[in-house]
Amino acid sequence: MIRMNDVHKAFGSQKVLQGLNFEVDEGQSLVIMGPSGSGKSVILKHLIGLLEPDQGKVEVLGQTVNIHNREALQRLRMDMGYLFQHSALINWLSVYDNVALPLRETTAQSEQEIRAQVEKVLGLVQMEEAHEKLPSEISGGMQKRVGLARALVTEPKIILYDEPEAGLDPEMSASISKMMRRLKEELGMTSVTVTHSVNCAVTVADTLAVFEHGQFLIAGPPTDVLNSDHPRVKTFLGAALD
Amino acid sequence: MNFISRTGATLLAPAIENAGFAMGVAGRTLARLHHLPKRRRLLFDQMHLGGIKSAPVVLFVSFFIGMILSLQLGFELARYGQQEAVGLAVAVSMVREMGPVMTAVILAASVASAMAAEIGTMRVQEEVTALEVMSVDVTSYLVLPRIMALTLMAPILTILANIIGIVGGGIIAYTQLGLDFDGYVRNALSALSDRSFAGLPRSVYSGLIKATIFGFAIAVVGCASGLRARHGASGVGESTRSAVRNSIILIIVLNFFLGKIVYT
Repeated sequence: MIRMNDVHKAFGSQKVLQGLNFEVDEGQSLVIMGPSGSGKSVILKHLIGLLEPDQGKVEVLGQTVNIHNREALQRLRMDMGYLFQHSALINWLSVYDNVALPLRETTAQSEQEIRAQVEKVLGLVQMEEAHEKLPSEISGGMQKRVGLARALVTEPKIILYDEPEAGLDPEMSASISKMMRRLKEELGMTSVTVTHSVNCAVTVADTLAVFEHGQFLIAGPPTDVLNSDHPRVKTFLGAALD
Repeated sequence: MNFISRTGATLLAPAIENAGFAMGVAGRTLARLHHLPKRRRLLFDQMHLGGIKSAPVVLFVSFFIGMILSLQLGFELARYGQQEAVGLAVAVSMVREMGPVMTAVILAASVASAMAAEIGTMRVQEEVTALEVMSVDVTSYLVLPRIMALTLMAPILTILANIIGIVGGGIIAYTQLGLDFDGYVRNALSALSDRSFAGLPRSVYSGLIKATIFGFAIAVVGCASGLRARHGASGVGESTRSAVRNSIILIIVLNFFLGKIVYT
């Protein structure tokens, strides 16, 4: 469903991806951990077509992600949802209008159909009561849930999470992780998550990968990775658990 | 030679890149004019924000510009015994130059800066990226309503500025120069009687053409500066600063060429 094949990316002299390879099958959840600034989010930006690899191939849903073919890219993005690190809600739109925006802009659905779909996804993330509020009037955790509802509203096959727990207290972070797990189980969605949180990784991942220097140091079931003898992985995960 | 070419590249390359980007924004906006009916709510919101809310400042400044023109021109004309021509001089100055240019400068300072700051903040907070990821057409959704709102509101504000400026000039002519107010008005209207296009005097339509083009250019520069914002709050500050600076430069340059085209 998702495949990166020998992907290289550099920004000037800084090599961020150095021959990265991985695959995510349908319904599976890959969680990527790694130090800040290592380029984890760059992986997500390649998958959604915001960045183009210098070398190698990115395939999503059987199609090569080509940022120069705008129409094909737009069609592909319709099957993908993206939860941004800081939610990235449109600040002048209410919660309801933020979630309705992708449907209003990219589908021919009636306002009644849109309302039904928006209410459904706001229910999924337990935000039914905040329809009329502006993003500035709700907490960071609530903004994250609204961002998640917006990512889900087009019923995507794949969802990409960019540090879903960033800026949240431990309780809210755990609640978001559980919600991600529940969405995976209920909707069977394929996901790729970038996070610093071991708790989030353990809750959500089918496969956990540790990324550094443009490559995965290790990838496998979370228990295997957490018990790995790889010295760098042990150091990183030990620090993350502290 | 290397030093000269390096200096030239350092100074000119960003300017050319910015100009090219702004022209791209303008072209993509014009190509989406047919989206305007779908964007009418955003358009009206922007007309209110950019036009109606700017009106008090535009009118206040224009009133004083008219008074200044009347006072200075009145004193000079009096030396030649032509004091009664002050209405004509104020009307021509306001309608051809001061009305459109001063309105545009105020819009550049207030509206272009606001557009650059708003879109720039959206850019650095990934809201623009979020729109792209959701397959929302950023030009149609964010840029088109802003550019068309200012393109429509600039000439309307200019008409109001002209009227208020001429009235301000009349008050000074009556109170300070001892002229008859009716005579001042007749004299002012006589300056605007050279009907030459669709029943409109050339002074009026040339001013309105200028205002429309200024409005379009200011909004393009504001939106383009915002879309190019990078690197957090300092990047938004820089995009706001460059929006105001580039808009004002563009107004002055366009004013010269448009004046030359219309009057030669």
